[in-house]
Amino acid sequence: MAVDQPAVTTKAGTGRRFSVGPSLALLPFLAYVAVFLLVPTVTVVLGGFFEDGRFSLSNLRTLGSATVLHATWNSIVLSASTALIGATLGALLTYLILAGNPHGLLRRATVSVCGVLAQFGGVTLAFAWMVTVGPNGLLTVLLSDALGKDTFGGSGWLYDMPGLILVYTYFQIPLMVIVFVPAVEGLRPQWREAATNLGASTWRYWREVGVPVLTPPFLASALLLFANAFAAYATAAVLVSQGQPILPLMIRAALTSEVVLGQQNLAFALALEMVVVVTVVMLVYNWYLKRTARWLQ
Amino acid sequence: MKRSLSFQAFRAVMLVLFAAFFALPLVAMLDFSTKVPATGERTWADWGLLVRDEALRQSIVTSLILAVLTAVVMVILLVPTMIWVRLRVPGASRLIEFLCLLPLAIPALVIVVGIKNVMAWVSYFVGDTPLALTLPYVILVLPFAYRSIDAALAAIDVRTLSEAARSLGASWLTVFARIVLPNIMTGVLSAATITVALVLGEFTFASLLNYLTMPVQLAAIYKVEARAAVAGALASILLVALLLLVLSYISRDRRTKKGSAA
Repeated sequence: MAVDQPAVTTKAGTGRRFSVGPSLALLPFLAYVAVFLLVPTVTVVLGGFFEDGRFSLSNLRTLGSATVLHATWNSIVLSASTALIGATLGALLTYLILAGNPHGLLRRATVSVCGVLAQFGGVTLAFAWMVTVGPNGLLTVLLSDALGKDTFGGSGWLYDMPGLILVYTYFQIPLMVIVFVPAVEGLRPQWREAATNLGASTWRYWREVGVPVLTPPFLASALLLFANAFAAYATAAVLVSQGQPILPLMIRAALTSEVVLGQQNLAFALALEMVVVVTVVMLVYNWYLKRTARWLQ
Repeated sequence: MKRSLSFQAFRAVMLVLFAAFFALPLVAMLDFSTKVPATGERTWADWGLLVRDEALRQSIVTSLILAVLTAVVMVILLVPTMIWVRLRVPGASRLIEFLCLLPLAIPALVIVVGIKNVMAWVSYFVGDTPLALTLPYVILVLPFAYRSIDAALAAIDVRTLSEAARSLGASWLTVFARIVLPNIMTGVLSAATITVALVLGEFTFASLLNYLTMPVQLAAIYKVEARAAVAGALASILLVALLLLVLSYISRDRRTKKGSAA
């Protein structure tokens, strides 16, 4: 092709010509990602389908067992409820901080604090709630002193589903604020002015402009929160030391169990289920986000 | 914008409620870690255990070294690659972005399940040390580091800068180290800070691969030394918050300087 072009005279550095040389410099990075990210992922996917070197669906069949289905259902309930609670309260908090001075201290402080809290998980978060509403926790003691009876210390709810929902909300709300602030900022003041000029009340503006425009980014963010909760492990692992009410803890049990030998395969199958759910949710999220970008730029 | 008084009151009340929800667990940690349950006296003795207790101190040192090592490896691996992609192989930019953001879609727990063979191979080369965690940790921080560095690179004209330097006879090393790097320093620093913050709190990899980093050790001693464990957890989140605060000052400083020079 391109026979009538003059012969290329310069050697390197033109940047126009295709050559393999410059791409070679990317090899260390690509190799690194391949070894530490792609190899483990492929191991999990293949591990779900193979048994003793032969193709087999028996690992996947264990996913249909009652205990796994129960854990999966619990994980879905946990992720969906904290995504919904987190998205709603996060959207409310976003609105509250943006209703003030956009360059003010409150807004900047809240956004940076949310940046820390959204990544706040694991040991610290579990401990924080254990000493707040666990037995002898600060709030437990304060309430029992004030009301004269033990409100919620005793039953161990913190170490099961209700506790997980409360604790997960603590990092879901800040994550929602981070991803939702750009969307609310995308509401142009001109729309509000136009609506007001045409005689719309504040209520009508929100009902017919604000909410319809913000609904897609709200739902997209809720999906992101769902995936975030579904994949979270550390906080639940510290909080719930016995039993495996949710999928990640079931993976822990399969990984660390020394009783049954064939558990490694179960771990692969469970991890495969998790990566499939999270990937599907993230794909829908990305697709939805592209659609919403039409209005909010 | 004019707001009604009732809205202002509603806003203030709700903001206080949110602040209370987020602050209460942290206050409870401070209260718990400094109180003798029997007498209600205040003591900092358990905070002292963080340095006096041999095993705990060891785990804290391990976590700090891990954090620094991970940041160093991340910078060495990612920064030259990202600069090079912008300068010479722009066609690969989508691929690199995809790979860097991929860890957001693949949960850390899934990577742990599949990484056993790779880690066995790593241990074969570096020995059985917790510092081996550096290598998978770099993967965990890739998305966050990528975004910081990418934002910094997007803010400058890398191509023009490097062409100017090259036409004056600079080597590629000079272009990287003395032309581009100083211009994206804020982004690199912020990537390193996020890395340190994430590594200090990382629990999934360390606990399932049986390495005694600080979070793993804290979780292990909670049953016997609850106050010291809570003190350590609070100290780590305070350190992370402090780091991020310092970082936001650095980046604001640089921005205002740049702004006044322009």
